[in-house]
Amino acid sequence: MPEKPIPPHPDRSTVRVLLRLWPYVRPVRNRLFTAAIVAIVASCLSLVIPLVLKWLVDGPVADRDPGGVWLGALYLLLLGITEAVLFGFRRWLVARPLSSVEARMRADLYGRLQRLPIAFHDRWASGQLLSRGTTDLMLVRMFLAFPLTFLLVNGVTILAGYVLLLAQDWSLGLVLLTPVIPLVIVSNLFERRYGAVARRAQDQVGDLTTVVEESVLGIRIVKGFGRHRSQARAFRALSGELRGTELAKARLLAMIWAVITAVPELAIGAALVLGTVQVADGNLSAGTLVAFLSTALALRWPVESIGFLLAMSQEAATATERYFEVMDAAEEPDTAGVTTAAGTPDGVRFEGVTFRYPDAPEETPPVLDGIDLHIRPGETLALVGGTGSGKTTLTALVPRLHEATAGRILLDGEDIALMERQKLRALVSMAFEEPTLFSASVGENVLMGAEGAGDPELRRALDIAQADGFVDRLPDGTATQVGEQGLSLSGGQRQRLALARAVVGRPRFLVLDDPLSALDVHTEARVEAALREVLRETTALVVAHRPSTVMLADRVALLSRGRIAAVGTHQELLRSSAEYAWLMSGEGNDNR
Amino acid sequence: MTDTPAEPTHESPADPFDRDDLPAPRGATGGLLRDLLSTHRTRVVIAALILLVKEAAVQAGPLLVAYAIDRGVPAFRAGDHGPVIAVAIGYLLCATLSGVLQYAFVRGAARINQDVLLDLRGRIFRHAQLLSVDFHERYTSGRLISRSTTDVESLRELLSEGLQELIGVVLSFASISLVLLWLDWGIGAVAVASFVPLHLLIRLYRRRAGEVYSERSTAIAGVIVKFAETMNGIRPVRAFRRERANDEEFAVLNHRHERSNGDALLEMARYVVGSRLVANTAVAGMCLWGAYRVADGTLELGVLAAAVLYMRRLYDPIDRLGMFLNSYESAAASLAKIAGLLAQEPGVPETTAPRELPARQGGREITFEKVGFAYRTGGEVLPRFDLTIPAGQTVAVVGATGAGKSTLAKLLARFYDPTEGRVRLDGVDLRDLATPELRRGVVMVTQEAFLFSGTVADNIAIGRPEATRAEIEGAAKAIGAHDFITSLPDGYDTDVRKRGGRISAGQRQLVAFARALLADPAVLILDEATSSLDVPGERAVQRAMDTVLAGRTAVVIAHRLSTVEVADRVLVMEGGRIVEDGHPATLVRGEGHYAGLHQAWRESLVG
Repeated sequence: MPEKPIPPHPDRSTVRVLLRLWPYVRPVRNRLFTAAIVAIVASCLSLVIPLVLKWLVDGPVADRDPGGVWLGALYLLLLGITEAVLFGFRRWLVARPLSSVEARMRADLYGRLQRLPIAFHDRWASGQLLSRGTTDLMLVRMFLAFPLTFLLVNGVTILAGYVLLLAQDWSLGLVLLTPVIPLVIVSNLFERRYGAVARRAQDQVGDLTTVVEESVLGIRIVKGFGRHRSQARAFRALSGELRGTELAKARLLAMIWAVITAVPELAIGAALVLGTVQVADGNLSAGTLVAFLSTALALRWPVESIGFLLAMSQEAATATERYFEVMDAAEEPDTAGVTTAAGTPDGVRFEGVTFRYPDAPEETPPVLDGIDLHIRPGETLALVGGTGSGKTTLTALVPRLHEATAGRILLDGEDIALMERQKLRALVSMAFEEPTLFSASVGENVLMGAEGAGDPELRRALDIAQADGFVDRLPDGTATQVGEQGLSLSGGQRQRLALARAVVGRPRFLVLDDPLSALDVHTEARVEAALREVLRETTALVVAHRPSTVMLADRVALLSRGRIAAVGTHQELLRSSAEYAWLMSGEGNDNR
Repeated sequence: MTDTPAEPTHESPADPFDRDDLPAPRGATGGLLRDLLSTHRTRVVIAALILLVKEAAVQAGPLLVAYAIDRGVPAFRAGDHGPVIAVAIGYLLCATLSGVLQYAFVRGAARINQDVLLDLRGRIFRHAQLLSVDFHERYTSGRLISRSTTDVESLRELLSEGLQELIGVVLSFASISLVLLWLDWGIGAVAVASFVPLHLLIRLYRRRAGEVYSERSTAIAGVIVKFAETMNGIRPVRAFRRERANDEEFAVLNHRHERSNGDALLEMARYVVGSRLVANTAVAGMCLWGAYRVADGTLELGVLAAAVLYMRRLYDPIDRLGMFLNSYESAAASLAKIAGLLAQEPGVPETTAPRELPARQGGREITFEKVGFAYRTGGEVLPRFDLTIPAGQTVAVVGATGAGKSTLAKLLARFYDPTEGRVRLDGVDLRDLATPELRRGVVMVTQEAFLFSGTVADNIAIGRPEATRAEIEGAAKAIGAHDFITSLPDGYDTDVRKRGGRISAGQRQLVAFARALLADPAVLILDEATSSLDVPGERAVQRAMDTVLAGRTAVVIAHRLSTVEVADRVLVMEGGRIVEDGHPATLVRGEGHYAGLHQAWRESLVG
C-alpha cells in the first residue's frame, strides 16, 4: 500500500484551508464577485415575478382592463427575459475563469512536481500525485462554481427571509429561529467527520490510481505469471474499501440532510400550531399567518441545500489540503547567480563525499561514506562494485539528482553545490541504467541531450550508439514516434537511443550507468569502438559490470560498501584486489 | 524535423488510439448503462418510491396550513382543540417522515451508486488485464487511469444526483400540466405547446454537449498521459533539463482541457438562457390568455390565480433538468470511451473449451508447427518455421537485437498468438489452455524487472500467491537474492516504495528470478533475465540454473554467452529465421554465426 505521507491535521479549519485558494482565485475575483451579485439579483427578480402576477390578478384582471392586461403581460415578459439573461450571464461570467483556475492549479502542480527533489518522487506513488492533479482539482472547481456562490446567495436569502419573518410576527419568528442552534451544532459535527471521511476517500482514489498504473506498467509480469485474477482481486479489495468509505460519506450526508429537512419543518409545524391558536384567540390575522408561513416555506430550499453545499465545501477543502501537501514541499533549492570564472580543467573531484538518503533512519550506515576520487580531465574512470554497492547512487550525485550529505564534488575546480542546476546539468550528460524514452520522435528523444543541435549531430550520435541501422529501418526513420505513446522498441534499442542522447551534445562530463548491458556481443563491440572516440574528448564516469565495459576506461575505481576500496588500471586491480578479480571473473575466493 | 524538437506532434488523425476514440458497437454505451443498472432494478424502484412518498410528505405542508386555518381556527374558538392537535400531530408526522425518508433515500441511492461504480471499475480493470501487451503499449497507462478514475467519476455524478433530479422533473412536469389542463384547456395547451421548443432546445443541447464532453474526456486523458509519463521518467527529465519544454507541452494539453471544460460550462449557460426564455415567455403568454378570458367572463378569477401559481412551479424544474442533462451527457461521453475499451477483443482470447495438459514430470515438449508471425503494428516478422524442443531440454536463443528472439519467446509464453500455424505444449495447442493451466506450464522472466507496490516478499509471491514464507525464502536463496534481501531494513517485509526500499536494477532482476522459480513452471523462458547483474551475480545465477532447470524445459535468451554454456542446444536467429541449430560445443567448432559470437564474447571477457 502506498503511504499517505501526511496525515490530515486534526483541528484545521475548513475556511482557512479554502482561503489558500485565494492566489488562484485572485485573478478572476472580479468575475466571480460580479457573478455572485448577479446571482443575488436574479434570485430577487425571481421573488418579484410572483408579486407582478399578484398585481396583475388583483389589478387589471379584476378591473377587466385589457390595456392593463397587456401591460402586465409585457412586464412579465420583460422580467422573464431579464431573469433568463441574468441566469445565463452568471454562468457565462464564470465558465472560462473557473476552467482557467483549475488549469492554472494543474499547471503549477505539474511544474512543481517536475522540480521537487528526486527523493520526494521516491516516496510518493505517482497515482497519488495524479489523483491530486485530476479529481481533486475538479472538486475545487466545482466548489468555486457552486457552493462558494450559493452559500453566499442562500445565506443572504435566509437572512432576508428571517428579517421578513421577524417583521411579520416576532414571536412566531423566534419559534422559527430555535432550530438554528441545533442545526449549527449538527453542521459543525458533520463538517469535522465528513472532512475526515472525504479525505480517506480521496486517498483511496489515489491508491486505486496507483494500482491501475502498476497493472499496466507491470502487464508483462501479470501476463507472464497468469496473475490477472489475483490482480483483479487486489483491485477489487481496494475498490471495495473505497465503496465502504463512500457509503460512510453517504451515511453522514444522509444524516445531516435528514436533520436539515426535518428540524425546520418541525419548527414550521410549531409555528403553525401556535399561530392557529393566536388566530383563534384573535391576536393574529389569518392573512398574516398565511403570508408568514409562505415566506417560511419559500426558505425551505435555501436551508435544505446547505447540507450538500457544506459537503461539497468540505470535499473541496480536503482536496485543497491534498493539493498543497505537494505544493508546500520544498523545491530543490537553487544557488542562483554565483558566477564563477570558468575553472581550469581539473576533471571531477569527489572530496569526502558521504550520502545517506534523507529519509533513511539515523542508525543505518550511509550509502556512500567518505568518497575521495579524482577523475582527471579527459580521463574515463570505470566504477566497479558489487550489486547494491552504491554505484548508481554515486552517479546520481554528479548532476545533483541527489544532494551529497557531506563533502563536496568539484567539476573543473568548481563546487557543484554552488552551481546553478541548469548549468550543471548542461555540463554533465547522463545515460541511465533504465533507458527511458519519452513520447516523442526518435530524433526529439536523442536531441534532448543537446540544445540547438541539428541533423548532423543527431546522425553522429546515432552512429556512435550503433543505432543508425535500426532507426533507419523504422517506419518514419528518425521521425518515428516512440515512447509510451509510440512504437515500442526492444531494451537494446532503447539503451542505444539513451546512449545517443547522452553523447549528442558532446558533453564536457559524461556519466554512463552500465550503458551496454542489453546489447549483444557484436553490437557491444561496435558501440565500444565508437564510444572510445567520444570518451577521448570528455571526462567520463562509467559504471561497469563487465570487463568489456571496463576496457573503455583508463582507470578503474572499486566501490565497496560505500567506500572507494582501490583505484588503478584494470590489470593492476586484477592483480592487487581479490574482490575486483572476483567481480570481473566471478571466480576465485568469495572474499566478501 | 530535427530543428523543431520542442514541437510535439501528438495528433495523427488516422489512428483511433491517438485520437483516444476506440470504436464501440452501436448502442454499446446505452447497453452498458442498462447492464450496469439491471441487477439493481428492484432497488432503483424502491428508491424511486421512497422519493415519491417523501415528496408527498413535503407537499402535505400547505394542505395542513389550509386545514389549520379553515377548520382549526373556528374549532379552537368553539373550544374544540381536536383539529389543532390533529394538525400538530400531522405536521410532526410529515416532518419526521420526510426526514427519515430523506435519510433512507440518500443511503439507498448511495448504495446503488457505489455498487454500480464498483462493478464498472472492476469490469474496466479485469478487461484491461485480458487485453494484450501490445494493446497496452499503445493505449498507455495514463488513458487507462483516466478511464477508471475521471470517467468513472462522471458516471458517479450522474448516479448520485441524476435519479433524484429525473424523478422530480418528470413528476412535476406531468402533474402540473395535468392540473393546468384541468383548470383551463387554453392555459394547459400553452403549457403543453411550450414543451415543443423545450424539446428542440434539449435535443440541440444534448448534441452539442455530447461533442464537448467527449472532447473533454479525451483532453483530460491526454493530460493524464503526459503527467504519468513525466513522473515515471523524472530522472531523465531532470538530467536533460526537460522541465521547461515539458511545461510548454503540458500547457498545450492542459489548455485543450481548459477550453473544452469552459465550452461545456458555456453550453450549459446557453441551455439555461434558452430554457428560461421559453419558460418565462410561456408564463407571460398563459397570463395574457387567462387574463383575457377572465375579462371575457369565461374564466373564474380564482381559477386564474391558482393557474398562475402552478405555472411558476411548472418551470421550476427546468434548471434541475439542465443539471441532469449535463451530468447525463458528461457520463455518456465517458461511458462511450469506457465502452470502446470494453469492446476491445483480447488479442489472445481465453478458450471456451479448455483442455488439460497430460500429467507428466520433467518439463514439457514444445512444438512450433508451421508458425508464422507478424505484428499488427509492424516490426519484427517471423516467416513460417517449425521447431521442436523435447521435454527437459535447455535451449539458448542468440542473435542480434531485432532478430526475433523475443518474439519467439512471446509466442511461446502466449503473449501473442501466431498469425499462422500453432504452438503446442505436449501436443496441446496453447490456445486451448485456460490461463491457470497455461501458467503452470509456461512462465517468462523478462529483462524489465518491474516491482509492484508492496513488500519484497509480496513481489516474489506473485509467482505463487499461496506460497509460504519458507518457500519464498527458498526461491530467493536458490537464486542468490537472500543476502541482499535480508540486509534491507525490514528484510523480506521491506516495502519497495518506502524508505530503505531502494533496490538496484540488478537486485530487481534477482527478485524477478526468484518470482519465476517460485512459480515452478514446466517451461521457463528467460528473456535477457540477467542483463543487469554483475559477473558474480550472473555466475551465482548460472550455478543455480543447473539445479533450477533440472526437470524443466527452458528457453534462454541471452547476450552473455556464459548463460548459454549451460544449454543443451543453441538456436541462432537472424532476420526472424533460425539460421543455426545445434549443440554449443559443435557450433563453436564450426564456421557459423555462433562461432563468431562466441569468439567476440571470449575476447570481451579477458580484456
